[in-house]
Amino acid sequence: MLNILWSVFIILSVMYAILFGTIEELNTGIFTSLSGAVELSITFLGTICLWTGIMKIVQNTSIIKKLNKLLKPLINFLFPDLKNNEAVKQEISMNMIANILGLGNAATPLGIKAMKTMQKENRKKDTLTNSMMMFIVINTASIQLIPTNVIAIRTSLNSQNPTSIIIPVWIATVFAAFMGILLTKILIKRVK
Amino acid sequence: MANIVNYISNATIPVIIVLIILYGIKDNVRVFDIFLDGAKEGIEIVFKMFPTLLGIFLAVGTLRASGLVDMIIKLITPITNLLEIPSNILPIAILRPISGSASMAVAVDIMKNYGVDTLTGLITSTIMGSTETTFYTIAIYTSAVGIKKTRGILLAALAADLAGMIVSTIICRILS
Repeated sequence: MLNILWSVFIILSVMYAILFGTIEELNTGIFTSLSGAVELSITFLGTICLWTGIMKIVQNTSIIKKLNKLLKPLINFLFPDLKNNEAVKQEISMNMIANILGLGNAATPLGIKAMKTMQKENRKKDTLTNSMMMFIVINTASIQLIPTNVIAIRTSLNSQNPTSIIIPVWIATVFAAFMGILLTKILIKRVK
Repeated sequence: MANIVNYISNATIPVIIVLIILYGIKDNVRVFDIFLDGAKEGIEIVFKMFPTLLGIFLAVGTLRASGLVDMIIKLITPITNLLEIPSNILPIAILRPISGSASMAVAVDIMKNYGVDTLTGLITSTIMGSTETTFYTIAIYTSAVGIKKTRGILLAALAADLAGMIVSTIICRILS
């Protein structure tokens, strides 16, 4: 997908620049973009490392246990089919906590583990179960307590107020997650 | 009033950091060692992202410098005006579900060009914070267990993204 898009973008730009006489701007544009990427990565490095470091501390505290408890009723509501399968529920809970804390790198391996455990109980091995559908949709809705990456970018771009987006992000996420969950519940009911 | 709001948002990050450190000390975590461990992971993230960032910056940079972007934005503005979405955030809306690092790079480009704290910048940030790389997520979880029949979850997930994006635009409009 990006292979095609990327080439098309560059080819079209150069052709357009030749036709409309902006080739000089394009030439300088190439090199300012490159140094822009380097500059950004360096400022990025500081802020991203700060947050991965801080979040690693969170991972090692009892905050995790507390979140686990808080999530229990929600997980029971979202995954009614997993009634007594505490092991899967635990894995799902860990995945959700990693997502909530913005630990994308930790969330994916945990999520794959949960998927594999659910697949063991799956009777139709080529089709998603109800619980798997819900699980994936929740993972596509990014539920985050602190959107650290975005804050890091805003900080490196010298925002006056990098954290001002936290509350808008919460509201938007809740709406998105609600929409996803609702539609999945409908899909589960319809496509038996 | 504005001063108080400003104070709170300035205090958010330092206070969060202090709370987490205090909590860590309470739980007997070797906070500095663990912090270093985590920071190391941060280096990896940035290193892995750099090639994509560079590639996308190159493509987007040529698009912008050639004048093609301005031309396209002029063309679609009547439509986006109708929907009351700033037209310069459209690239994000389209790229976001497809590629995480590519959309991140485009988001940075948009915020650099139109300002981080402008309405456009705020909407871009909110969309980036509240949505996920839907295609990638579905692909990774279904392929991990070798499942092909997904019973239409792509639709549900994309509708959720769309809802998130619309709400992001509305909220940023109200708050700014």
